[in-house]
Parts: sequence; C-alpha cells; structure tokens
Amino acid sequence: MSEIRIEGLRHSYARNPTASDLWALKQVDHVWRDGGAYALLGPSGCGKTTMLNIISGLVRPSEGRIFFGQRDVTEVPTERRNIAQVFQFPVLYDTMTVRGNLAFPLRNRGVGKVERQARVEEVAAMLGLSDSLDLRAAGLGAAEKQMISLGRGLVRADVAAILFDEPLTVIDPQVKFSLRRKLKEVHERFKPTLIYVTHDQNEALTFADQVVVMYDGEVVQVGTPEDLYERPAHSFVGYFIGSPGMNFLPVQPDGERLVFPGGALALSGTVAGALPDRGALKLGIRPSAVRLSGGKDPGAIPADVIDVEVLGAYAIVELALGPTRIKARVRDGAPIPSGATGVTLPPEQTLLYSDERLIGALA
Amino acid sequence: MIQADNNRAWFLVLPVVLVVAFTAIVPLMTVVNYSVQDIFGPNTRVFVGVEWFREVIEDDRIRAAFARQFLFSFLVLLIEIPLGVAVALILPLRGWRSSLAVVAIALPLLIPFNVVGMIWQVFARPEIGLLGAGVNALGIPYNYTADPLSAWATIIVMDVWHWTPLVALLAFAGLRSISPAYYQAARIDGASRLAMFLFIELPKLRNVLTIAVLLRFMDSFMIYTEPFVVTGGGPGSSTTFLSINLVKMAVGQFDLGPAAAFSLLYFLVILLFSYIFYTILQQVANK
Repeated sequence: MSEIRIEGLRHSYARNPTASDLWALKQVDHVWRDGGAYALLGPSGCGKTTMLNIISGLVRPSEGRIFFGQRDVTEVPTERRNIAQVFQFPVLYDTMTVRGNLAFPLRNRGVGKVERQARVEEVAAMLGLSDSLDLRAAGLGAAEKQMISLGRGLVRADVAAILFDEPLTVIDPQVKFSLRRKLKEVHERFKPTLIYVTHDQNEALTFADQVVVMYDGEVVQVGTPEDLYERPAHSFVGYFIGSPGMNFLPVQPDGERLVFPGGALALSGTVAGALPDRGALKLGIRPSAVRLSGGKDPGAIPADVIDVEVLGAYAIVELALGPTRIKARVRDGAPIPSGATGVTLPPEQTLLYSDERLIGALA
Repeated sequence: MIQADNNRAWFLVLPVVLVVAFTAIVPLMTVVNYSVQDIFGPNTRVFVGVEWFREVIEDDRIRAAFARQFLFSFLVLLIEIPLGVAVALILPLRGWRSSLAVVAIALPLLIPFNVVGMIWQVFARPEIGLLGAGVNALGIPYNYTADPLSAWATIIVMDVWHWTPLVALLAFAGLRSISPAYYQAARIDGASRLAMFLFIELPKLRNVLTIAVLLRFMDSFMIYTEPFVVTGGGPGSSTTFLSINLVKMAVGQFDLGPAAAFSLLYFLVILLFSYIFYTILQQVANK
C-alpha cells in the first residue's frame, strides 16, 4: 500500500483541445495519503469522475503522471493497478451467485480455491452477506448489490485504494446511514485509501477525514470539514458547503473602508496591507456568523428584515442592507426583530476574496 | 390481486377484440370449417370429421417435408444466431462508422424476398453465376439444379445472407444498451475478453436473443418464396418445404379440405415449438 500522487494532471475528451472549457481537468497536483478517507466533492461536470477514472486507469490522461508510491502507473492498465472501484449503479454479474460475484476478481487472477473461499467468507461476514452467499445476486436489493460491488474490491488482498463514484445514489435514505457506517468499519479494519466521489456535502462531511473540493476542472481546496466550513479558500467552496451557502458581497476599497451598496466595513486586519492592485473583491460571511444587533451596537449596519423562514432548530432571516441582500442563520427561539434593525459582521469571521480566492479575514 | 371496481374496462378492450376477431379468429375459423368438410361445389359439402387430418398425417410426402423443414430450421438457427452475435460484437459501437456498418448490414433485409431468390438463382448458376462458376472452377462439383446437396447448400447460404443481419441488428441493439460501467467493473476485476462475453454480454443479450430465436424459427419454418424461386422445390423433392407443399395442395390441386387440415397442423407445430423455445430460454436464464 502506498500513497497516490498526481502530478500536473490535465485531461480533455476532445482530440485537439484549444478553448479552456474543453479541458475536463485543467491542472491537478495532489497527493492522496496512504490509508486516508477522502471525499471528492463538487458539482456535476466538475471533473470528479474523470479524476477517479484516471486513478483507476479507465481513462488515460492527456497530460501528467500518476504514481502509486514510487511506481509510475500512468501507462499501467486498469487490471494491473491495485485499485477497486464502486460505481453509481450496482454492477453485478447477473448469472452468478453472490459467492460467484465475490470470487470473480480472484478467479480472474488465478487465486487458488482454498484461499479464494477463505477470502470470500471473510469479506461476506464483514459486509453482512454471509446468509445470502448462495443466492443469485440479481435477486437482491440495491443496498446489498452495492455491498457486493464493494466486496469485489475488498476480496483482493492487493487492493491499495477503493474508489467510490457516488455509490449511494440509488440507495434509500434510511439505508444510506448504515451503509456509510459500514464503510467506516471497513476503512478502520483494512485501512485502504478511500476516495469517495459525491456532490452531496453531508455525505462528504460525515464520511471523510479530508475533503477535496473540485470546481471547474481544478482542485480548489483540500481540508477537514471544519476548514471548509470556516475558511473556504474559494468562493465556490463557501457557496457549496453549508446550508444556506456563504453570503458574498461585492465591495470596493475606499481608503480605510470597504464599501458596498448599502453599507461599509472598516478595512482592518492582515488583509489591510495586502490588497491586490486589481481583481474583483468580495466579502464572504457565513449566515451563522451574521449577528442581528437590533441597533444597540454602535457599529451596526442598518438593515431591514424582509423574510423569515423557520426550519426546525434554526431560522433563516433574509435581510436587506440597502440594495444588498444577505442571509442570517439564527437559533430557533432567539428573538427575531421585524422591520428595521441592524447587523454586525464580526471581522474575524468576515473573509475577503479577490477573484474568488481567499486573501484573509478582516481581523 | 387487483380487484376491478366495475366492468367498464371491457368496453375499452372491445375494439381490440373486434379487430382481432375479424383479422384473425374469423379467417382461422373458416380454415377450421374447410378442414372438416369435403366440398364438391358451392352448395354440396359433406362433413368428414378428422378424415383430412388423418390423410395429411399419413401422407409420406408431407412427413418427409416436415423432416426437411426441421432440418432446415435447425441448421439456420445453428448458423445464424452465433454468426449474428459475432457480427454484432465486431461492429463499432458508436460514431459514423457504426451508422455506416448498420446500414450496410441491413441492406439484405430491404430486398423483396422474390428478388433475393432471383439474385441467388443467377449468382449460383454453375455456368454463368459468379458463385456457381467460381466454386466449380475450384474443382468442387456444384450444380444446384441437379445435386440435392448443392441445392441445400445454396438455400442455407442464401438464408444466412438474408437473415443473419436481423440477428446481428438485434444483438447490436442489445450490446448498445449495456452500460459502460459493466465493462469498467470487469476490467477492474481483471476479467478476460471471453469472461466479459460470458458473464456480461451474453446474459444481457438474453432477451433480444430469445426474440431472435423465435423470429428466425418461425420465419425459417414458413420459408416459401426464396427456395421456390431458386430451386422450385427440386431437384426431385429435395428442397420442397412445407409451404411449397401447401401451396401446391391448396392452389395447384384445389384440395381445400386436406390443405386446410395441413394448415392447422402447420400452425400448431409452429406455435408449439415457439412455446417450447420460449420456455427453455426463460428457464436457462432463471436457473
């Protein structure tokens, strides 16, 4: 087992890519640590599946190299890489029993009967498939079928990494939870590198130690779920993670202040001296960081409450700061003013972005 | 079970029942009617019971034609189904090459049956036909008008040329519908090309192949036009198939009673064998 290192990876499905939008992957350099549980998060069409297929060797990249440890595997065909992959829809060999399905990768690799049986029994016990080993795989439910797909990866003693391409799409919400727990168990027991592609942020955040966020063919941030929530490195991450997403306010620097239509904030903190000469500036603040100060705070920005949406344990308050709209998230039961009020944007939680990239906080 | 709330549904089914009655059931009943009567003239007819059926069953020529017909259908299925699947497997799956190949392969299916017969009749002539003259030039004696084996070979090859495209197109459609994820998973599982065929493609082709087997069985069992044009049933009666017999009986000799009895038996045999094929293929799949 070893880390998976990706260097200078670019990929296009077009034969002669010229325009930048023809590149499915624009530029990716990344190291997947050995034994890590990663989520690869991003919207549809951002290049997640392409990245996965390049790691497993189903797609050959246009440019760049892939290393498993010290070994360059860019040219190595799929069947000789130590990679297993679970697809969005369960892929089964319909005519075989569950046992036949689980044993198939081993039979293809010439593993002896005794060892094969032992591995199949072990993996089936782990995945809770022991009782259905002699049933026809085609007759089982979607969740069991995905377990079999996963099992075909786990039986191989040589597997260093298991790739998941949105494996829970067809699974009922109630069953999803137990499947995710099963995945965690598998990870703790076998310690393979897991790379889990999803566009569901809850799935990504509960599953992974490290979340890799992709946007438009590039990796925009790698971090723990907390990092992604508290300090999004790219405005897309702020917008994509959290419900509702981060508020963004286009601002103009004006001496010691940052001005937006409807208000201004003091330009303070480390970013004060580091303002780029050009590039569109934006302030980003999480709805949960926005404070409704009701006009008591002298530095508050005047605002009008225009809508309140109560969602169980919390409420979303939509505010108008002049022509600018922002959302605040407040705990249920906290007083919500109506009509004219004031808001405070705490500088340590107010982040400044230039051309969508984070420069720093206002404190 | 779902219980019907009222019987109004029957009215919705009624148009279909009427159409089927007039297009299928009524004509079939007239045949049943002929099969149990001896008709001398418009107003003179005698009820003869199962006499015609007995006559047909005991007729040696018809028995021989049945045997010939089974052999023909058996050979045709044996060649066309595997060949059709093989052709489908080597066709390009997507792109303009795929469209071109599909059109080229489908051409024989667009030719009228009697024209197919004419093409092969000329093509296979030992003295002037490209195929016939060519085979003879290789030193193999070949003359479909004189030698039963040559006649059979000609008709089998003609049928393979004419109908393998149908099997190939059905199999191709089946292959196209297989999600790429299956092939990707098989590559990750280290499966060989043969294993992919046996465990992915063949099982997924089950339904289209059932249709192909049934269609090819029924059509080959009813074959008439092409052998009639090429050999006329000869030499001797070596390529006289059931339908050629039937037409001679009904139209040539105007023996309506025996012809009707023969038709019914012919129909029942096709129905029975189609049912057997269908049942076997479904059971193989669910085993």
